[in-house]
Parts: sequence; structure tokens; C-alpha cells
Amino acid sequence: MSGNATGGAAAGGAAVGGAPVGGALRRVRAAGLHRLVVVCGLLALLLLAIAVLALMLGDRVVAPQDVLAAAVGQGSGGDRFVILGLRAPRLALSLLVGACFGLAGAVFQSLLGNPLASPDIIGISQGASAAAVTAVLLFGASGLAVSGAAFGGAVLAAGLILLLAGRVGRSGAVGSGGAAGSRFVLIGIALAFLAQALIGYLLTRADVRDAQGALLWLVGSIGTVQVPELVVTAVSALLLSVALALLAPRLRMLQLGDEAATALGVRVTPVRLLLLLVAVAFAAVATAAAGPVAFVAFVSAPIARRLVGGLGPALVASALVGAVVVGGADVLAQHAVAGLQVPVGIVTGIVGAPILLTLLARGNRTRGAA
Amino acid sequence: MRVLGLVGLLLGVVVAVALSLLLGSRSIDFGAVLGALTSGGGSGSDGSTEQMVVLDLRVPRTIIGLVAGAALGLAGALMQGLTRNPLADPGLLGVNSGASLAVVVAISVFGVASPIGYIWFAFAGAAVAAVVVYAVASGRTGPTPLSLTLAGAAVTAVLTSLITLVLLRDLDTLGQYRFWSVGSLVGRDASTVLPLIPFLVVGAVLALVLGRGLNGLALGDDVARGLGQRVGLTRVVAGVAIILLCGSATSLAGPLVFVGLVVPHLARRMIGTDYRWILAYSVPLGAMLLVLADTVGRLIAQPAELEAGIVVALIGAPVLIALVRRDRAVTR
Repeated sequence: MSGNATGGAAAGGAAVGGAPVGGALRRVRAAGLHRLVVVCGLLALLLLAIAVLALMLGDRVVAPQDVLAAAVGQGSGGDRFVILGLRAPRLALSLLVGACFGLAGAVFQSLLGNPLASPDIIGISQGASAAAVTAVLLFGASGLAVSGAAFGGAVLAAGLILLLAGRVGRSGAVGSGGAAGSRFVLIGIALAFLAQALIGYLLTRADVRDAQGALLWLVGSIGTVQVPELVVTAVSALLLSVALALLAPRLRMLQLGDEAATALGVRVTPVRLLLLLVAVAFAAVATAAAGPVAFVAFVSAPIARRLVGGLGPALVASALVGAVVVGGADVLAQHAVAGLQVPVGIVTGIVGAPILLTLLARGNRTRGAA
Repeated sequence: MRVLGLVGLLLGVVVAVALSLLLGSRSIDFGAVLGALTSGGGSGSDGSTEQMVVLDLRVPRTIIGLVAGAALGLAGALMQGLTRNPLADPGLLGVNSGASLAVVVAISVFGVASPIGYIWFAFAGAAVAAVVVYAVASGRTGPTPLSLTLAGAAVTAVLTSLITLVLLRDLDTLGQYRFWSVGSLVGRDASTVLPLIPFLVVGAVLALVLGRGLNGLALGDDVARGLGQRVGLTRVVAGVAIILLCGSATSLAGPLVFVGLVVPHLARRMIGTDYRWILAYSVPLGAMLLVLADTVGRLIAQPAELEAGIVVALIGAPVLIALVRRDRAVTR
């Protein structure tokens, strides 16, 4: 019933759960591992191509060999400044933001067993947005202050959801899939609508010019990148990635179901809570850096899972897909139309969504009416 | 028992309507309201300010609230049944974003300047977006709950991005659009509803006969087929009904997203999992919620008022949270 409505992760889990777990799991995993390596390799190549393009293009087009020279500290001073000082930070931030959103979405969706359970939908992004818009429109904040407000808003929203969802255990807040998962998600959606109402209220009462400024933040944009901002984002992302890497094996066990996970020695409740906190932090870091870039968290994990072949949460692939999506979108946002710079969030929406649709259509053909 | 509940809800709607007519920033006593209503606005009217307020302001917004609320409640119940996802909202079918983009185009390209002028743009936008979502989700094999959900989110993302792109470059359009986009019942004449009545009636009839079909879908496609139901037909009919109902409501009142999500949850809480009754209960619940929200919005921010769409979230979100918290196992 509601299991049918859950994501590819749950579908994969069910396929494994049906067979005798031991041997079948190992065989599937061996086949999956090969594909995983190939897919991740291809994604990394794509990422490299995007990086080279991002460093080459601009008002001053730099040839690939000069990019390489500048990257190792050679080449002309002008090239070095443009590439190391301007383009590289922006590229780095876009890739970081994408990877963070991808990971946040992947963890949320696997943990809660619902394809709608991405931070854009369950109130984390909206909490960040409401706080940032309040800061911009009521207090005239800008720059790092807005980022700080967004981070605070995201954490506050997540805290409220957890608090309101109540006991974190058994039938409690952070259950996987089904009943308990939808409890957490529903409260998140309710808060998302509250935050949305607040944003709507502020936007209709503000001066229309200020409202437009707030809208620019709301759609998600990577503009001029400050180095301190980049360092903070990179360090946070690194620490969170280490935490997630430590938790990842347990996330995979959780997907086999609570009982199986408990039998495998996972302490279900605290592990869930930790995973959830890590996912919230990923989303908060990314949102603080670039605003709630549309659709990336929602879409990266489903795409990754489809590419990899649907066993487990596909964390590495999700991070790579997220980075490709935001990095590629930011290149398009700057250079697709000459003389027109658009916010990256608009491109992720317009370009990212059709990609998902294509993958979906293909998924429909191969998987049939799942 | 179930019928009794329905009667109770209808009484609730009557109370909500009475409150909506009686309360507002100008206090008008019961006798004057009744007098204005019985005068019918025709020859019997004395042209007093009280009568004008009741007949020209309060009656229209009450009617629009009733119609839009009922339609959204019903559409929400259908959507959750269709996608088998209790988190689904009719907006997921792309209805709201389609209508919004069309309204943005109406303002920005065609210079339309009033909520009444938006109606057909909004309706057409909603219908086109929903058809696209449905077609994409269907592929060759027919839509699955997952493909509908993802396709809806994807199309919504595309449309929202386009809307933002226009708004970021066109200040005047943003100035008008932002008021439409929060969802409001003000500034529409009661006769605005008239041309939409055929759509609403057809949509409602289709929805109300779908109860059995949705009950079947809830058991999974295979079981439903085994029971002799035509699963594909149910899905198509539900899709058409959602487009008609939600398109009408959105073109009347703007994208009032929350009603369609919270109303079916209230209904399910009251009546259980039988979609025949969930659908029936969603109609008065939706109407009541929206009319009450509009009334509250007039009172809490005097002398200004809060748009109904904002108040719906203020009322609906705590209600939804309370429901979810009370219900140990929120199943469907």
C-alpha cells in the first residue's frame, strides 16, 4: 500500500527482503558494485569537463592549457587572477553546494522511505528561506548575515520538526518509511506551509524592489564568492562527509527494515537520529551558501539510484550527481545566453527537471508498472 | 453514524457562512445582515453602506470561499487516493504552478490587471500543466504513484523557474503577481463563479463516483484488477476530475495549496479509510476551512486584513501537526 508509494530505495529493499538474504544479496551486490564503479567514474569525468569549462569560459576566454598553467601557479598574472581568484572559488562553491544537497536528499529519502522527503519539501529549505527573507526584508541584512540567518532557520525548522514529532523511537518520529516516517514528513510539510505563508506575507508587504531582491535569494544563486564563506562551507562539508561515511553502513542496514537492522546489531533509534542530523546539516550548509537551489536535493538521489541500479542509498553517486547538476547549471547560468546572467536555481529547475523526466520515462519502460 | 457526521459538517458550513457574513472590520448587526440578504440587492435595497458591505463584499467572498474550498478538499482527497501518497497535494499535479505561470504571462505580456481577468489564463495554465504531468508520468505503461509524484515535482520545478525568471526581470509584474500568489478571496465578484460552474459540477460528480475505484487502488493495482476494477480508467477519471476542480478553484482564489493537503487528513481522521466517505467529508470540510480562514483573516490584523491563503496555513498547519501527533500510527 503505502510501500508502493515509496522510492526506488524501498523497492530495492523489498526485492532483497523477499529472497533469502545471504547469497542473493551478495550476488546482487557484486553486480551492483561493478556498475557503481563505472557510473561514478563517468560522473567524475563529467565533473572534470564541467570544471574545465567553468574555468575557461567568461568575458576573457582562457585556453585549456593556460587553465592548467594557472592552476599550478604558472601563466600570466591576468589569467591567474581570473581563474584562481574569481572562477575557481565560484566553481568550488557550486560543486560543494551540489554535493551537499545531493547527500542531504539521498539520506532523507532513504531514511524516511518517501520520494517526497527531500529538504525542499519537508520544511528545512522553507525554514531557511523564511529566516533569510525576514533578515533581508525586516532587518536589511546582506551577505554573510543572510547566510547565517538561513542556517539558523534550517536548524530551527529541523529542531521544531523533531520536537513536534515527539519520541524518537519505536512508533516515534524518525521511523523508516510507512507510518512513522510519514509522521515526521507530515509535520515538516505543515511547517513548510507555515514558513511559506510567512514568506508570502513578507513579500506582499515589502517594497516591491526589496521583494525582488529577496526573490533572487529564494531561487538560489551563486554570485561573487567570498573566500571565508567558501572555507566555512568546505570545512563543514568535509566534517559532515566523514560523519556520514561512518554512518553509511548502518544506513544500508536500516533499509533492510528495523528488525533486520536490529538483528545485525544496529541501535536503530540513535542511528536514525544521527543520520537525520547529518542530513539536516548538509542541507543547512548548502542553503546558507547558495540559497535553496531548486530541485537539486529532490532529484539527485533518484537520478543516482537509477544510474547505479537501485540498491542502497547510493550516497557517492548522489553527491556526484548533485555536484554535476549544480556545477553544470552554474556554467549554463553564466554563459548559456550571452550577456544574461541568471540565478543558478532557475537553471537547475529548467534543465534539471527535464533530465529527471527523461530518466523517469526510461525507468518506466524498463521497470514496467512497478 | 457516518451520515450524522456529514450532517454535522454541513451544519458547521452553515455556521462558517453565518460568521463570514456577520464578522468583519465594520460591525454590522444580525438584523441588518438579514435585511440586506432578504432585500436581494434589487428593488428592496436601501443603498446603505451596511447593505453594500454585506452584498458586494461579504457575500461574494463567502461564495468563492465555499466553492474553492469544497473543490480543493475534494481534489486533495482524489490526489492522495490516486498517488497512494498521504503527502500528495493537488498542487503536485502541476496545477498551481501552471496556473501561476499563466497568470504571470497574463500580467506581463497581456497587461491583465484584475483577479477576474486572470481566471481563464489560470484555468488554462492549470489544465495544460496537469495534462503534461499526467502524460509524462504515464509513459507507455500508465502512471504509477511514484512516476506521478516525480513528474509533478519536475514540471512544477520547471514552471516555477520560468515564473521566477520573469519576475526577476519585470518589477511591475512582481508587484501584481505577489498578491495573487498568496491566495485571496477578495476583489472577485460573485458572478465570477458562474462560468466555472459546469466544470465544478462535472468534476464533483466524477469525484464522488470514484470512491469505490480509489478504495480498489488503495489495495494495489493487482488486487484492484483481481476485484474486477478498471484501474486505468479510474486513474484517468480521477485525473480529469482533479484538473476540473483544482483548476477552477485556483483560477478563483489563487494557489491555495494547503487546503487540498490538510482536508483529506481531517476527513480520514474522522471517518477512516473508506474513500467514498473521505470524498464526501472533504467537500464540507474544505468549504468550512476556507470560509473560516477568510473570516479570521479579516479579524486578526485590523484595520488591514490577512489573505485567506496565509490564514489557511496559520490554522491548517497547527491542526495538521496536532492530528499527526495524536495519531500514533498515521497510516493512510
